[in-house]
Amino acid sequence: MIPEIGNFALMVATAVAVVLGTLPIIGAARGNVRWMELARPAARVLFLLVVVASSCLVASFLHDDFSDVYVANNSTHALPLPYKLAAFWGGHEGSMLLWLQILSFWIFAVSIFSAHLPREMIARILGVMGLVALGFLLFIILTSDPFDRLLPAAAEGNDLNPLLQDPGMVVHPPMLYMGYVGFSVAFAFAIAALLGGNLDATWARWSRPWTTVAWTFLTIGICMGSAWAYYTLGWGGWWFWDPVENASFMPWLAGTALMHSLAVTEKRGGFKVWTVLLAIFAFSLSLLGTFLVRSGVLTSVHAFASDPRRGVFILLFLATVIGGSLALFAWRAPKVGLGERFEMISRESMLLTNNVLFLAAAACVLLGTLYPLILDALGLGKISVGPPYFDTVFVPLMAPALFLMGLGPLARWRKANLPEIAARLKWAFAVSVVCAVLVPLIEGRWSALVAAGILLAAWIFGTSVVNLWSRVRPTAGGQIRTKLAALPRGYVGMLVAHIGVAAFIVGVTLVKGYEVEKDVRMDAGDTVAVGPYTAKFLGTTEGEGPNYVYLRGQFDILKGERLVRTMHPEKRQFNARGEPMTDAAISPGITGDLYISLGEAVSQTAWVVRVYYKPFIDWIWGGCLLMALGGVLALSDRRYRLAQRRATASEVTVAGAASGA
Amino acid sequence: MSALFKSLRFLLPLFVFLAIAGFLLKGLWLDPREIPSPLIDKPAPEFRLESLEDPGRQIDRKDMLGKVWLLNAWASWCVACREEHPVLVEFARSSMVPIVGLNYKDTRVDGMRWLAQFGNPYVTSLFDEAGRVGIDFGVYAVPETFLIDKQGVVRFKQIGPVTPELLHEKIIPLIQRLNA
Amino acid sequence: MDESMRGERLRGSRASAATRMLAALALALAALACGSVVPASAREAQEVGDDPAAERHMMRLASELRCLQCQNQTLADSNAPLAVDLRQQIRELLAKGQSDEQVKQYLVARYGDFVLYRPPLKSNTLLLWFGPAVVLLAGLVALFLALKRRLARLESAQSNPQDADAESARAQRLLHEPIEEEGGLS
Repeated sequence: MIPEIGNFALMVATAVAVVLGTLPIIGAARGNVRWMELARPAARVLFLLVVVASSCLVASFLHDDFSDVYVANNSTHALPLPYKLAAFWGGHEGSMLLWLQILSFWIFAVSIFSAHLPREMIARILGVMGLVALGFLLFIILTSDPFDRLLPAAAEGNDLNPLLQDPGMVVHPPMLYMGYVGFSVAFAFAIAALLGGNLDATWARWSRPWTTVAWTFLTIGICMGSAWAYYTLGWGGWWFWDPVENASFMPWLAGTALMHSLAVTEKRGGFKVWTVLLAIFAFSLSLLGTFLVRSGVLTSVHAFASDPRRGVFILLFLATVIGGSLALFAWRAPKVGLGERFEMISRESMLLTNNVLFLAAAACVLLGTLYPLILDALGLGKISVGPPYFDTVFVPLMAPALFLMGLGPLARWRKANLPEIAARLKWAFAVSVVCAVLVPLIEGRWSALVAAGILLAAWIFGTSVVNLWSRVRPTAGGQIRTKLAALPRGYVGMLVAHIGVAAFIVGVTLVKGYEVEKDVRMDAGDTVAVGPYTAKFLGTTEGEGPNYVYLRGQFDILKGERLVRTMHPEKRQFNARGEPMTDAAISPGITGDLYISLGEAVSQTAWVVRVYYKPFIDWIWGGCLLMALGGVLALSDRRYRLAQRRATASEVTVAGAASGA
Repeated sequence: MSALFKSLRFLLPLFVFLAIAGFLLKGLWLDPREIPSPLIDKPAPEFRLESLEDPGRQIDRKDMLGKVWLLNAWASWCVACREEHPVLVEFARSSMVPIVGLNYKDTRVDGMRWLAQFGNPYVTSLFDEAGRVGIDFGVYAVPETFLIDKQGVVRFKQIGPVTPELLHEKIIPLIQRLNA
Repeated sequence: MDESMRGERLRGSRASAATRMLAALALALAALACGSVVPASAREAQEVGDDPAAERHMMRLASELRCLQCQNQTLADSNAPLAVDLRQQIRELLAKGQSDEQVKQYLVARYGDFVLYRPPLKSNTLLLWFGPAVVLLAGLVALFLALKRRLARLESAQSNPQDADAESARAQRLLHEPIEEEGGLS
């Protein structure tokens, strides 16, 4: 019964999406107020219907309804409750419903937080989002229905993939999708602006918070995915340049460029064409990523089961949305005005250079990801493009952008004074060079790559400090404390995010430069030295989890003679799926992680054990979280406070309607 | 002229996307996991292995020169091999070409038992316990089948089970050409 | 996330490997049942392999090679039977004194370029290796030219600068914000 309700809700939602995707947009073109007014209520009804469908799926999981194919494939009776909920997105069909759910949530949010937007604008924005939702609804109903029945019902389910039975996996996909899908808002704003012919600073101001929110979620989502791979997959890696990882990274790169570009469009009215194009790119890359994961076109650890039929559908959808929006861009963008004047060397030109660099980086990742497919399609052979390629090509590409991060915030709008900037930054540069030379020596081994990384990280940090100091330094204007308190949140957000980048670089550089890895044969009582610690193996115990049996190793960790802690890596055998899984034991620390995972048993008591010491690896995710914090701070800026917005809403709607048409 | 260039500039992203979409479309019908063999049109690697049935007897590459033959990698633990085996047994009856088995990473007992149970289309099977000859032939997923000509050059490789369609459409015509 | 990953795991750990795993588990459990966990004496654990340095060399090499059964793992990380065999093969080749290049050629002769995670520089990968640099340079050059052209157009046009300023000012007024001071970014 419940799955049928879910199915029905989806079908009604499809009808609503048809209405939402057509009438308001046509209404905006024709000035039909009644059709435009349909947008908001239709958006809200759509959201409610999708919530109904999602609730039905959740209910089916909670009731262990194995007469539903999807539930039977992704759950068992014994599956712990949190994972029964997470199983919602454990497989292809459910994850598509999650996509749709989050998209409709964003549609709902836009319908609520948009009182200040002119009627035509909101009609077009919601209409465009409705069309995207329509595509997904059709895809789900026609090819990927999580409510398909299994008759007769299975007695027991197939269990959720053991790799997904982990807290990280519960949160990672929703976060990622909030980001991915969130770029649809910026996209819809851009299309609406192109359709209406009103690309201006106000459009950018409205778009910006939505883009920042999506970017923040995407940053967190990618960060969690990387951290999850590190502590679940058992071989200590945290980024593999796997096609699906790249699929989430490319929108992030485009989204970062978009955020910076929006800032300029908002303040200076410039870059309008760039910004619109970036908004289209960011969401297009999200959609492309969705295609790559589900079509079987690329192999990946993450890939869902592939089906050419699904692939064709998504490709058609991609062609319509992306092709359509790029065609609209080609038609409308040439008519957009130029914006203000700025010199060849100015903050504007630096931000534009930043855009080019980030786009080139995204293009580089796209090229590497698609290249094996391109060669195969042309009959030119079959190759693999993996981490060695990306590490070699991507890092030098990003380095100039990282250097610019120091100069940009200090540069003036319109015309930057390079000698002045150089004078202000000479100490920061000197300190960076000193750090770059000292750190490798302290760590015990010189490496030019490490030096380069530390140079960039210290540069970003140092220039941020210089920037901050210039604004809070006590003068006749006020004391430090008052000046600090008066700093706009957006500015603080920028500093925090940039410092997050510096922390990230420190983590990557030091881990890659100085990590220690040992594969050792350990019998009970044996010790192994790793990093500053000694690990002593005490043997294994056995036990039972809710839906698995495990062998748990016990390790005493000593620093010198002192026992610091114990660690318990496990090998788990899941009852339903019958494949053993490694659960590594990690001892995190600010200066480094100790990482132990059980390999194979080589005798009755001895095991092959892999131990790692990974210096500063947590700075990688710490840096990402700082970036996300920067985003949150930027969003909490005074300008976006709701109360203030409501007070001006009525005035603005009138003025906005005049400017929006 | 510059006006044309200006509009073309704006069309560039669309063109790039269409090119990518074209590749993606083609890609839907390709298998990214399939690894084509670098041995095609190159001499088959040297090998010398004991026969599965008769440990005392050794077979090497020279023994097979002068005839067109099929090398079929199989194992008793391989589920997909069971799928293709009846096709090979049937084909062996036609005696068009000798089929030599490559018993890959198996034990003598298991291999012999499997053949007794499912039929033996092979003139003999090479016993490759360590899998070294398999590596030399680039075997990565049994079953795999190679067609080798009279000069000992590899002419065709099938990854995955041999189907009747494949036999009739590709393998048999090629055998006839090589035998001519 | 189910079929494909499960398929890979099964491909990588054939029936025999899974049985081996269970057997190992059983053995370990049996050992525990006999209560033989008390350490006789603490010993420095030996790194796997006869020659740890050579082992590390092999693993470094293997981490740039692709496992052909579990295709999304490196030869170093994979536990697939073929990966185990190939690692052993690499050990032997290195022990015979072969160079990294020769080992890679050995594998490429059998499995093709697919086995290399670092694509070789050949005629069909020129675009791959030089593309990003070319795109970057082209982008920067295009940017430079576009900025120059833009300045030239703004020089000649009269009304644009005032328009954009007015636009920006109106936007600010509408949202009741003071005009930003020079050098601020928020």
